[in-house]
Amino acid sequence: MSDVTLGDVCAVACADLFAGDGEILASPMGTMPLVGARLARLSFAPDLLLSDGEAMLFAEVPALGSAAPIEGWIPYRKVFDVLAAGTRHVVMGANQLDRFGNQNIAHLGPHLQPSRMMFGPRGGPGNTINHRTSYWVPKQSARVFTPSVDFVSGVGTDRAVGVSARFHDLHRVVSNLGVFDFGGPQRSMRLISVHPGVTVDEVQAATSFELALDDVETTRLPTDDELALLERIDPRRIRDRQVPPA
Amino acid sequence: MSAPAPRDKRMSLDAVVAEIRDGMTVGIGGWGSRRKPMALVRALLRSPVRDLTVVSFGGPDVGLLCAAGKVRELVYGFVSLDSIPYDPLFQQARQSGSVRVRELDEGMVVVGLRAAAQRLPFLPIRAGLGSDVLTCDPSLRPVRSPYDDGEELVAMPALTLDVALVHLSRADAHGNASYLGPDPYFDDLFCLAAERRFVSCERIVPTAELVADVPPQALLINRMMVDGVVETPNGAHFTSCVPDYGRDETFQKAYAAAASDHGAWAGFTERYLSGDEAAYQSAIATGVTA
Repeated sequence: MSDVTLGDVCAVACADLFAGDGEILASPMGTMPLVGARLARLSFAPDLLLSDGEAMLFAEVPALGSAAPIEGWIPYRKVFDVLAAGTRHVVMGANQLDRFGNQNIAHLGPHLQPSRMMFGPRGGPGNTINHRTSYWVPKQSARVFTPSVDFVSGVGTDRAVGVSARFHDLHRVVSNLGVFDFGGPQRSMRLISVHPGVTVDEVQAATSFELALDDVETTRLPTDDELALLERIDPRRIRDRQVPPA
Repeated sequence: MSAPAPRDKRMSLDAVVAEIRDGMTVGIGGWGSRRKPMALVRALLRSPVRDLTVVSFGGPDVGLLCAAGKVRELVYGFVSLDSIPYDPLFQQARQSGSVRVRELDEGMVVVGLRAAAQRLPFLPIRAGLGSDVLTCDPSLRPVRSPYDDGEELVAMPALTLDVALVHLSRADAHGNASYLGPDPYFDDLFCLAAERRFVSCERIVPTAELVADVPPQALLINRMMVDGVVETPNGAHFTSCVPDYGRDETFQKAYAAAASDHGAWAGFTERYLSGDEAAYQSAIATGVTA
């Protein structure tokens, strides 16, 4: 097992995000969630729907960057319908993420004159209030896992209140260090596993708020079958470049 | 004797831009760096028009218009070049505080256009609740369901446009138009939300040819949604207009590099944006130099 990489472990952790999702649209943003969604579809989640990143749904799962036969059409206008219907699980990135999972991809600094402009809110508000949402953070640090975010795009558990938030479903966060859910006090972030070789102290040091800790496990290793599938999905091992060693 | 034909709406880029006046609200079709009406945007850059409110699923259209001093207010969910995450000119405009913004969830932009298209003051949407989209824009109001559920939602106001600019693959002289790529984006909605609607296209063809080449579902725009048609071959460059052409990634990289470098931007502007559309097309035909 010594040749299992951090990239492999993170890809499997991203795949596990989709466990039990059934027949819904997986919308992975970024390479690692993309590899994870494809691995899930090829193994324990055969009913997942995967888009080609443009407007088609893949009937078969290709390697990264390759084409495959399609089974359907899902232009942006239909993505918004699916989003509102709730049959979707998005894995977004986060420039900032706080203790309750409020996410910022819009800008750093004040709204009227940001110090660094990024995307704007994108679909974060609509995604999080309508259906299951997870996050992928390739380089966890106290600057990303921040006490408060400069702009709330993706809505966290503390802001998801009332009848209109009944579809809010903040699932998990996968980083290069571990896996988190929101089972801590007041639905705050809780460390549920550290990746092999990472200590709880190292995760806490890369987090600016206090993490809830119950029974922290070690993130599972890929099975041999999963390693073979990862080789098929990502033969050039792009996943390893997403999580370079410090 | 043959029946009279519908109106011929062919016009020039400059004639379209002449209809756009200071302070108007202009919706721009496409999505990110995909099928943007760039020839029309370039014509706007050359014009004296200013103080526009621009509504866009933003790509390089937004940054270029900001850098040229055309924009008073931006309405968007995001601005991105897709293969390059952020547009440097848009970043500079925001980081200098030089434009007013309404930063919305991208689904709110869709619903705002839909409300305008349906002549409704607003449409309810769940997106925005709990997010800073609402705290940063106090003009956005909640609305409570009048039914037993009592649910509170966002009353997304209509994004009514003075002008819509969209780029399609093929059109006829009357304003019927098709897209040949994988995604219609929201170009039909932009047209329905606008007072004056202008379609640029790769090629103007006879109506019979327009409908023969595609399944009827690809005829996204019909002539009652259109006031003017302009033939602009390669007119979405450097954004994608598949299947006629993909995004010009080499050029986009050169654009983003020049836009990130104050010294280089003047040279880029001089080389590519100082002449008319024909000059632009001939400048890019000679290839991008690093």
